[in-house]
Amino acid sequence: MKKTVKKTGRSRVASAVFIKDLRIEARSRVVTNQVLPFAGLIMVMFAFALDNDDVLQRVAGGLIWLATIFSLFIIVQRSFAIDTSDSALDSLRVAGIDLSAVFLGKSIALSLQLIALDVVLIAAAFLLYQVQVSVIGLVLLVTCVICATTGLGFVGTLYGGLTAGTNGRETLLPLLLLPVVAPVLIAATRATEAAFGSGGAAISEGWAWVGLLAIFAAVFGVGGSLAFGPLIDE
Amino acid sequence: MLSQSAPKFSSTGTQATRIVGVLTIVVMTWVVISGLVFTPADVVQGESVRIMYVHVPSAWIAYLAFIVTAIASAFYIFAKRHSLGFDRVAGASAEVGVMFMVITLVTGSLWGRLTWGEFWQWDPRLTTTAFLLVTYIGYLAVRRLDGSIEQRARRSAVIALLAVLEIPLVHFSVVFWRSLHQRATILDPNGDVKMDGLMLFTLFSGVVGFTLVFVWLILHRQRTMLLSDLANQSGLDAAILARQNESVSN
Repeated sequence: MKKTVKKTGRSRVASAVFIKDLRIEARSRVVTNQVLPFAGLIMVMFAFALDNDDVLQRVAGGLIWLATIFSLFIIVQRSFAIDTSDSALDSLRVAGIDLSAVFLGKSIALSLQLIALDVVLIAAAFLLYQVQVSVIGLVLLVTCVICATTGLGFVGTLYGGLTAGTNGRETLLPLLLLPVVAPVLIAATRATEAAFGSGGAAISEGWAWVGLLAIFAAVFGVGGSLAFGPLIDE
Repeated sequence: MLSQSAPKFSSTGTQATRIVGVLTIVVMTWVVISGLVFTPADVVQGESVRIMYVHVPSAWIAYLAFIVTAIASAFYIFAKRHSLGFDRVAGASAEVGVMFMVITLVTGSLWGRLTWGEFWQWDPRLTTTAFLLVTYIGYLAVRRLDGSIEQRARRSAVIALLAVLEIPLVHFSVVFWRSLHQRATILDPNGDVKMDGLMLFTLFSGVVGFTLVFVWLILHRQRTMLLSDLANQSGLDAAILARQNESVSN
């Protein structure tokens, strides 16, 4: 009975944190007004740098996910800057609520923002890089985006919590996060290339990479739920 | 907490570290002489095979150091009494591990240039090693974040345990990635190297010698960390006492 009450409390906290983060974003519009244009600019700058339609089509998958990871740093730092500026994170901690629920709520909110970002980035790839996708490829692409952004949401929240409120967090976060997200970059890029058929990649090759993305998300979902409390605990 | 474990020494040397130090000098002297003079050049690789006497033992120590860091971090987190001794061993081991990892990558690149014709190949082992290096540089950066000694210990222990989750995923993804691409062209890095008895013995001596260097460095480093923590703590205590005296006199 007690366990059921605790579970309900946990899901309630997670959904409250999730709604709070999305409501802050809806009111401030930082992702839509700043991060999206930034990610779009990265896509344009890559086109300037590579300056070849065939090369851009070939590497479109990698460029989408690099732009996503660069944007992840900004979204995570912004999210935790709000939480630490008025000691909101400290208030959540001393309130005695389950910190794994806070982790879950923040991670899902972050994943949802990344999904919105990826929809725009993929649309930009269609327009700017002239990539094409079949219906089966689209199913692979959507699954890939969901799995990859879930994993990125978990690790982003975990390491964002660690660096929140510390000096030099702007430089420390990429240093800690980039090695961790390397498997996501490799797997999501290959799966996206398979969905686009870039370089003759078969769609069947992409599903194995989606499996790796799902394992990554599961590992850091469980690991993050256990580690988030000790990491932000004073 | 820290003052309870105050040490009775003012330097980092003990009888044990001196014995380890002397043994290290003896074994390493033998490795240098045997590696450069006594052992023959390899039939295929020529003189470049001598890099192996540094490269293989340093790689072994680098991975051993990170295993020690993970185990010490797990003991710190999961033991009932969160002993800061485990944290200091973890930190010292990571520092030494990073140093040996750099030696591994530099000597590996030099050997690669002579054997493969290139300083770098996107081989899974090389790539995983490079990621491991960056991960532990991040770990050392986390240890230097502001906060109390206990905060440092808790944060870095969690990061070390997360690295244990991360490294297999990085390795697996790179292996999977490279399986779809071309392999090393001149000499397969997984190829067996047949060695004569003296070469094998020198290599084994190198592993023993580098392990002794590792033990010696860890013993000294974790003690300098303890002294540094105590110095910080006593400085803080003195500042608090001075403020209290000021308030009493006012």
